[in-house]
Order: sequence, then C-alpha cells, then structure tokens
Amino acid sequence: MSVSLARSGAFNQAVIMTALKSAFTKLDPRALAGNPVILATEVVAMLATVSAAVAITGGQPAGFAIQIAVWLWLTVLFANFAEAIAEGRGKAAADSLRATRVTTKAKLIIDASRNAIIPTPAHELAPDDIVLVEAGDVIPADGEIVEGVASVNEAAITGESAPVIRESGGDRSAVTGGTTVVSDWIKVRVTSRPGSSFLDRMIAMVEGADRRKTPNELALAVLLAGLTLVFLIAVVTLTGLGAFSGVSLDPMVLGALFVTLIPTTIGGLLSAVGIAGMDRLLKVNVLATSGRAVEAAGDVDTLLLDKTGTITFGNRMAVEVIPAPGMRPEAALRAALMASLADETPEGRSIVDLARGLGVTAEIPSGANAIPFSAMTRQSGLDYDGKDAGKMSWRKGAVDAVIRTLDLSEAQVPAELRQAVDAIARSGGTPLAVSENGALAGIIHLKDVVKPGVKERFADLRRMGVRTVMITGDNPVTAAAIASEAGVDDFLAEATPEDKLRIIRAEQAKGRLVAMCGDGANDAPALAQADVGVAMQTGAQAAREAGNMVDLDSDPTKVLEIVEVGKQLLITRGALTTFSIANDVAKYFAIIPALFVVSLPALGALNVMGLSSPQSAILSAVIFNALVIVALIPLALRGVRYRAIGAAKLLSRNLTLYGIGGLIAPFVGIKLIDMLVSALGLA
Amino acid sequence: MEWRGWAEIVFTIALTVAVGWPLGIYMARVWAGERTWFDPVLRPVEAGLYSALGIDRGKGQGWLGYAGAVLAFSAAGFVLLYALLRLQGQLPLNPQGFDGLSPHLAFNTAVSFVTNTNWQSYGGETTVSSLSQMLGLTVQNFVSGAVGLSVAAAMARAFAADRGETLGNFWVDLTRSTLYVLLPVSIITALALVAAGVPQSLLANVTAKTLDGADQIIALFPVASQEAIKQWGTNGGGLFNVNSAHPFENPTPLTNLIEVVSLNAIAFATVVAFGRVAGARKEARALISAMVILLSLGAAAIYAAETLTPQPAMVAAGITDAPANMEGKEVRFGAAASAVWAAQTTGTANGSVNSMHASYMPLGGGVAMFLMQLGEIVPGGAGSGLYGMVVMALLSVFVAGLMVGRTPEYLGKKVEAREIKFAMLAVLILPLAILGFSAIAAVLPVALEGLLNKGPRGLTEILYAYSSATGNNGSAYAGLTANAPWWNTTLGIAMLLGRFAYMVPVIALAGAIAAKPKLKPTAGTLPSDSPLFVGLLIGIILILGGLQFFPALALGPIVEHFQVLAAAR
Repeated sequence: MSVSLARSGAFNQAVIMTALKSAFTKLDPRALAGNPVILATEVVAMLATVSAAVAITGGQPAGFAIQIAVWLWLTVLFANFAEAIAEGRGKAAADSLRATRVTTKAKLIIDASRNAIIPTPAHELAPDDIVLVEAGDVIPADGEIVEGVASVNEAAITGESAPVIRESGGDRSAVTGGTTVVSDWIKVRVTSRPGSSFLDRMIAMVEGADRRKTPNELALAVLLAGLTLVFLIAVVTLTGLGAFSGVSLDPMVLGALFVTLIPTTIGGLLSAVGIAGMDRLLKVNVLATSGRAVEAAGDVDTLLLDKTGTITFGNRMAVEVIPAPGMRPEAALRAALMASLADETPEGRSIVDLARGLGVTAEIPSGANAIPFSAMTRQSGLDYDGKDAGKMSWRKGAVDAVIRTLDLSEAQVPAELRQAVDAIARSGGTPLAVSENGALAGIIHLKDVVKPGVKERFADLRRMGVRTVMITGDNPVTAAAIASEAGVDDFLAEATPEDKLRIIRAEQAKGRLVAMCGDGANDAPALAQADVGVAMQTGAQAAREAGNMVDLDSDPTKVLEIVEVGKQLLITRGALTTFSIANDVAKYFAIIPALFVVSLPALGALNVMGLSSPQSAILSAVIFNALVIVALIPLALRGVRYRAIGAAKLLSRNLTLYGIGGLIAPFVGIKLIDMLVSALGLA
Repeated sequence: MEWRGWAEIVFTIALTVAVGWPLGIYMARVWAGERTWFDPVLRPVEAGLYSALGIDRGKGQGWLGYAGAVLAFSAAGFVLLYALLRLQGQLPLNPQGFDGLSPHLAFNTAVSFVTNTNWQSYGGETTVSSLSQMLGLTVQNFVSGAVGLSVAAAMARAFAADRGETLGNFWVDLTRSTLYVLLPVSIITALALVAAGVPQSLLANVTAKTLDGADQIIALFPVASQEAIKQWGTNGGGLFNVNSAHPFENPTPLTNLIEVVSLNAIAFATVVAFGRVAGARKEARALISAMVILLSLGAAAIYAAETLTPQPAMVAAGITDAPANMEGKEVRFGAAASAVWAAQTTGTANGSVNSMHASYMPLGGGVAMFLMQLGEIVPGGAGSGLYGMVVMALLSVFVAGLMVGRTPEYLGKKVEAREIKFAMLAVLILPLAILGFSAIAAVLPVALEGLLNKGPRGLTEILYAYSSATGNNGSAYAGLTANAPWWNTTLGIAMLLGRFAYMVPVIALAGAIAAKPKLKPTAGTLPSDSPLFVGLLIGIILILGGLQFFPALALGPIVEHFQVLAAAR
C-alpha cells in the first residue's frame, strides 16, 4: 500500500479531474450545511446571480454584476475543490486497497475432529467460524490462529513484501483478511463480521467515509460562524446607516463586501486541512480511526514508550571486551570471538560484529564442536581438537556460571575484572565472562544500545512540552542508565502491562493527554485508555482493535512522527485562520471608500491603495478573496512546517508570517489585481 | 500639543495604575474571605446581614445558581428603583418638589442605574428628588458596581479551580464587594473631595443675589459623597447635568485628578485581584499592559486630534496658530486633562465627563466612541472590564494559539467549543445592539426627531448613544435629545442587552472553565505573559473591534474628519 500511496499522493490528473467534478456536486446546499461560511457565500452568489439576471433582462449594463456573480460562484467552487482534492487523494488510496479485497472461497471447517471442509464465500463467514488456510490461499477474514504456523505475505496491507511468521498463541497470532499464506497451513478463528474487517475499516478510514468534526474543528466552526454573524450584522446595518448618510448602496456590492469579510479562506480550507492531516499520516503508513485521534496527537502531553524496540534496538549488543590481567586485548577479543562463533543469538552475533569491527576475524574451524547454551550451564562456546596444537575450548556466559565452571572462588578473580563487572552492572549493562582453555580471558560488556537520533527527538519533544516516559521490564538500575542515555524525562522499571494502564490513568487525572504504542494482547486495555493508542499492524488482534491508530510498518518510533503530524495539523489551522482574519483589514480599505466615495467624496482619502475605480476596487477584492483559497490549497494539504523550537518562538514566527503577512499580502494582491482589471477594462 | 499635556496624560494613567495595584491586592483578600483591616467594624455587620437574610456563606453556587442570583438581584433592584422614581412626587425628602418620572424615563433611568450605565436622559438637578437620589440611585451606584466585581471574582475562581463545580456565592461576593471595597474607598475619596472644596449638603437650593440684582437659585446636594461612588463604582451619573464639568462636582485640577484616578483605579485593581486569586499574576500583568497601552493610545489620539486637527472656524478667521480645540472644555482643566479623562471615562464604562465630547473634533469624539465599542475593556467597568478582557484573551489564544500546535489553553484551561460558544455569544451583543439599534434609528422618523444634526455628525450622535448604552458607559454626545419614548426605551433595552446578555454567557463561560482540569504549563504551552502575547491581544482587540465598526465609523467621525480637513484647507 505504501507503493500505491506514493503514486496517489501527488496531484495527478485523475485526482484533479475527479475533484473538479465533485466541486460542482458539492454545490448542493445540503452538502454545505456543516460549513456556514461557504454556505453563506453560496447564498450571496445566488442572490448576485438573480440580480445580474434582472439587470440583463432589464436591459441595464450588467457586466459588473455578472463578473461579481461569477467570482462569488468561483469562491464556492474553489472551497469545494480544496475539500474534494483532499478527499480525492484518500479515495485513490482506498481504491488500491479495495482492489486487494478478496472474493475467494474460504475453507470452512464444519467438523474439527474429521477436518471436514465446505467451500464458503468469504463474505458469508461469521465470527467464530474456523477456516483452514493453506499455502497459496488468501486469508478470507480477520482472525486469530488457533492451530499451526505459517509464513504470511502481508504486502496487501503493509506494502512490505517479505513474509512474516504467524503462529498460534502469543502476540503473533493475528492474521488479516486479504493477506496470503506463502507456506505451511494454519487454522484461523474468524473474528470480524463481514464488512467490518480490518481492510474494510482501512478503506473507510482512508476514504473519510465516517468523517465527523473533531473537537477543535467544532470550536473553530463556532468561531467562524460567530464571525460570519458579526459581519452579517455589520453589512446589513450599513443599509440603515447609509440611508441616513444619503448613500445609496447596491445590494450586490453589499453582498460582495459581506463575502470578502467573512472568513472564506479558512472556511473553505478547514475540512481540507483535516483530511490532509490524516493523509499525511497515511503517507508514513499510519492509519487513524478518526480525525479526532490525529488532533489529539498534536495535543499529547505525555508519551509512554516501550524501551525495547522504540528507544533501544531490541537486543543487547557487545560494546567492549575487557581483558584479564596479563592478557593482550586482541587475545581476549579473539577468545570472545571464538566463544561466540557458533552462537546465532543476536547477542552472539553482536560479539562477532564487534570483533570484526576491530579487525579480528575467524571462521569456525572444521571439526569443531559447538557447545550450545543450556539453562543448566548458562554458558555456550566451542570445543576444538587442534591435534598438534592441543585441545582448545572457549566459553562465554553469565559471570558467576563461568567462574563456577572454572572452579574459582570469588577472591581468585582478578580485582580488575571484578571492578569491571561491577561497573558494567552499575551502568545498566550485562557483563559476560569469557574463558579460554579453562582460564578467565576477559569480560564482555553487553549493552542495550540506544537508537541513534532518539535523544535529539526527545529533546525536540521536550521543547514542545511533551514529556517522555520510558516503560521497561528491566531492573531500576538498568532502566535508570538507559533513561539517562536516551534522555527521557521519566521511566518506569519492572513495569507490567497493568502499570501502563495505571500511569495513563494517573496522567489523565492531571488533565494530560497520553500517547502510547503497543502490540501485545495485554497492551489492549492501555491502548484503549490512551488518548492516542498506536497499535502495531503485526500485533495481536485485541491490540489492533483497542488502539485508535494502526502503524502498518509496526515501527514503535512512529509515534514521534504521529505527534508531529498532529501538531502540524493544528498549526495549519491556526495559521489559515489568522491569515484569513488579518486579510479583512485590506479588504475594508478597498471596499469602504468604493462604497461611499460617490456620495461622500471625502472618503476617497481612505483609498490608500489608489485603486482605479470603485467598481474595480470591489471586483478586485472579490477576485483576491477567491484566488487566495486556490493559492493556499497546497499549504493546506502540505501543512505548515512544524519546528520544535518551543511555543514562544513558534508563535512569534507564525504570527509574523501569517498575521503580519496576512495584513500586508492583500494590499499587494488587491492592488495588482486592480491594475490588471483596469488594464483589461473589466471594470 | 505640548510636553506638559503629554506629561499630564502619562502621569494620570500611571497614578491610576499605581492606586489600583495595592487596592487589587486588598481586593483579592476580600474575594477570598481573608482577614482585612476593616474586620473589627465590618465583620459584625456582614455576619448580621447574612443571618438576617438567611445566607449560608460557605455554600457555593454553580454557574446557573450564580447567574440566577445576579438576575434576581438586578431585577429586584430595577423594580424598586422604577417604583421610587415614578412615585417620588408623593414621597418625602423632595425639597424641590419634583414630580414622578414619566414611565419611559423611569424605565430608562432604572435600567441605567441597575446596569451600572448611568445614562441620564434628564438633568439631575432638575428631575430627581433627594430621596430618589440617595435611596435609589446611590444604592444602585454601589450595588451595580459590586455586581460587576462579584462576577469578576467568580471568573477568577473559575480559573483557579481544578474541576470545580461552584463559582463562589454571589450574595457573599456582593456583600463583601460593597462593604469592604466600595464603601471604604468612597468614604476616603469623599472626605478628600470635601477637603479639596467639593460641597456636601442636604439643604435644598440656595438663593443668591447676582451682581445685577437678579435672584439666582443654586442647587445644593451631598455632592462629594455622590461624586466618590459615581467614580469608584464606574457609574458616571452626575448630580448635575454637565457632570464633572460642573464646578460643584469638580472645582479644581486637584479634584479633577482625584476623580479621574478614582474613575479608573477599580478596573485595574480588579485585574490585579484576578491575577492573585487565579494564581496568574504575570498573566494579569500582561492584561494590564494591554489595557494601559490601548488606553494611552486612546488618550494620545484624542489629545492629538484636539490639538492637531485644523479648526475650520479658526482657519476662516485667519488664525493659523490656533491652540487646542477648547470648545466644550473647561479652561481650568485644559485639553490634555480633558483628553485623558475622555479616554479614561470611555475606556472604563464610567461615562462621567469633565468636558463635552460632542464638542470634540470628529476624530477625538470618534476615538472616545471606539473605546466604548471595543466592549469596555480598556480597562473597563468595575469587574466588567476584567471579564470582558478575559473573553478577548480567550479569543486571542484560540485564534493564534493553534499556531503553536496544541489545542489552545489560557491560564491552564483548555479553550474548546463550549468556551468559544459562550465567548462569541457575549461579543455578538456589541454589534447587534450598537449597529442594530443605530441602523433602525437612522431611518426612523420618530427617532430622528431627537437629533440636532444631520450628516455624519448626526450619525455619530446616534452611534455614540447606542455605543454608550450597550457598553454600559453612560456618557452622551450632546445634540441628541434622548428623553423621548423611542430613545428611552431602546437605549434601555441596549443597556440591558449590553449588561445581562453579555454577563450571563460570561458566567456560563466561568462555569465551563471552572469545570475543566487545571493544567500545568509546559514548554509547549502558549505563553500568555509575554510582550508577544500583549501585542497579539491588542491586535485581536483592534482588528475584531475595528472590523465590526469600521463601516459605521467611516460614515460618522471618519468622513467628518476628512470633511473638516477639506474645509480647513
């Protein structure tokens, strides 16, 4: 899907054509009911059309009236187009998803004891049905593996073509309808109802079929409706005040004044901004169940992060080998390498990698005997009969286990090594002892390695007021060491899934919004409780249903990007609102003198832009008002860039750009349009 | 323009803030029910009142209860005052033998004093008996101001609360604001005014023989005490028709200074008290900064308009170095003291005057009117200025605050749909009442009968009247004869809307805010105590106010200004 999204993301022609079409269908006033600003614009456009028609039939000069009417309609169309193009990008993504939806026959097991199977259409499956899926079959519905293990290609959902292992029991037992079993077979208990599968939900989300106003959109809509009313009052009362002053006012011009004053820019782009926010999440392969969740992401105060996978790489890695006294460092390193050559665990591989990085390499000698790790000995290694060179043996393992095998007492261990072991433990690392031919060779320092760049991102988050809390099952010492290395604000050691839920509730009690990600079934309650719960696509079905976002890449660090997308959404909304309101100042200086100058020539002094004629001034303001919507569509879709520079700096930056800029831009724009309009003789 | 004039403006505003500051610290103690110096005397009185009226002082009210109490109290005050004014002819303490007021005048006057407006469609010295003055108007001068202070206290508590259910007890707030705040400051100010030469007498008129032997009837009143609460309660209703331009109300530059400071100090004090109770002292300082800047801009603009605009009559007479426009101003005060008073009184919802605003140059009067149209928030009336400013701060935070990437917060409270709804409901009242009534009056023959002037000046008279009424200011642009059924009735309705249709959403807003969790500020929170925020707040106030009223102002004072410039050329 990531592939198809990348294709549909651009302004491709098909998306634009569809959007143009739906810009017209959205002219239906019922479609605009939720958007008072644009609805008001449409009403004025209708009245202007009638008045232009009356002028034409009455044989009066109607050129000006027709142009005003046309531009008012264009204002509505541009706003509709902005919304349609935002929706269109989602629709294109949804279509590519829909293409992967399956209509195969499922192998429904009707009698488990005899493995009796009836081929059944996928859409007739009900929850708790058990189906058999074999190599080459498409999984017919979302479900839980009850038996078997198989590799599954989930490219249809994630865009990732490498198959993943799915097995019964544990957190990797969830399978998604529409994905394909590549090898082996599994029995799946269906968990979704027809039409409400994960794929269906994804399509619905991407299409924005269930798009309700978010709390902040609602508040903004109230403000915009209020401003519309204020300007309605200001314009309607002008008729009375004008009559007193001996000014005759053309209703058409009053309508134009009204439309230019009401916040059409943000009113026209508001829903596009919201949809584009979800779209930007989709681009990073995250699905949000609602716009509300995206908005909440921007508001997050506390981020709960699992240590493993998010802050550190999943595994401990060797970072150093401390040689025993009298041993050359290379010799100790070689001993560690030999002890690890046969060890395929990530920890073992990291020791090999460390040695290679330092220029020490070796192959497993032929005829060598690998000694696997056992819970009894708690060590592993390699034995090799070098014939002439004599018998060689290397071991590595838990320090106390190796020492016991070597029959050493605590006191016989060299002081340097004892201190090294203590230092490693204190720093939160894990010490391993290495022995060569029955003698202690050195200590390996295994460490949880913090992912590069994580610390900087946490610092960015802190500057934006987001606290990071690391959750780990480690003991407090280890946890504290990693916490300070990663630069998180707080940590919880020896944590259980219940602790997560408790922390979230405690933070929320203080009025804070909490985000977390999780994949295990036991994360589900916490995911549901969190304001932003990001479930991993590879995670348990319960987790995927509990969260309000799903990360298709199953990358827990994604939550940081989600927060940024949320913030970007809110910033874009604020910037456009500020810009929209600031624009009004210039529009007044264009229209007010134009309205009154014939009857009250003294007000010509307010024509600071030196617009060529009253009609041209009004037309230019209306044209500017319409064009600015189009000009800002890319900004609405792309979003204002988010910078982690702290609230005060961000405000001053954006206020200068969109507040002061919003004051100045229309003076320039209207003047330029006026020059064009008068040069073309339009008014 | 001269440096003395500017110095006078700066000194006056600085002194006002300096007086308001300690008063605010004291007021915070009063709101919180803490001990004060006056406890030995006032505690027993307060306790007696509560037990007599059956008030449980510990019992808090939710926003509905609080708003209900405000409305009930104000309605009762209106009925009593209306009855008193209608029946004053039959009641004692009426040495001048005035008749009862006409129904529409009594309605207008009763509404006017209950809403803390003190618009006067009548001349005080020739209409209202001493009983009506003392038992009716003066009582309302105190309690209507105290109602505003109470609502401000409720707003302060709302911001302090963490998921709070109540806003405090209106009856307690009302009692304490009256007893502990307005009463002491009024007594002190009255004594100071008496010492500075303001009369204080219960005698009726004094008849004096003039130099050419005629009898002159000089009206006497307990002026000093009335003057004190007229100013402190942001009332503004004068005993005499010409208000504080009258030599009995305001005889000297010293009394002028005392009065102009006491006109405005309470509004600044309210903000200081708000900051202390809401735990937002720095943010309160930011609000005060915005108020002081806007007020100073207003005073400077009026002073500049009065001294710089060429006066056509002077130009016509060949006087090129004409001094400031002194028409309608008292020589003993001068242009600067008049300008700063004009800005203070229109920015404050007070409405007392020491010069006639109608005689100002068009822009001077226009700025005074615009200060009222901003919603009486720089610094606004007793209490009402604070809550009006909080509404503007919430809107500013909401519009621009999104630009930091979070749902906007103000003082640890999230600003969401409910808050915006109530804030917009409140601010909508201003254009609705001011522009709505003005537009009707502008075309209604029965309304136009009361108008002295045609053209832009006439329109300014109309706009000024409804701006003053809706803003609960009470100052008037002479030239309009308002004592007629149309004007008395509609101005009365405008005053009611401006007071209660604004105040009830504000109390509901306080309820919504109180119920929210109190959040701690983080690095991601929009700072609401920085110079940037002050600038933002000023910008939003000017743009929102300007956008609503610019077309109307263009047809009134602005066009007249350009006409004057053209005529003087």
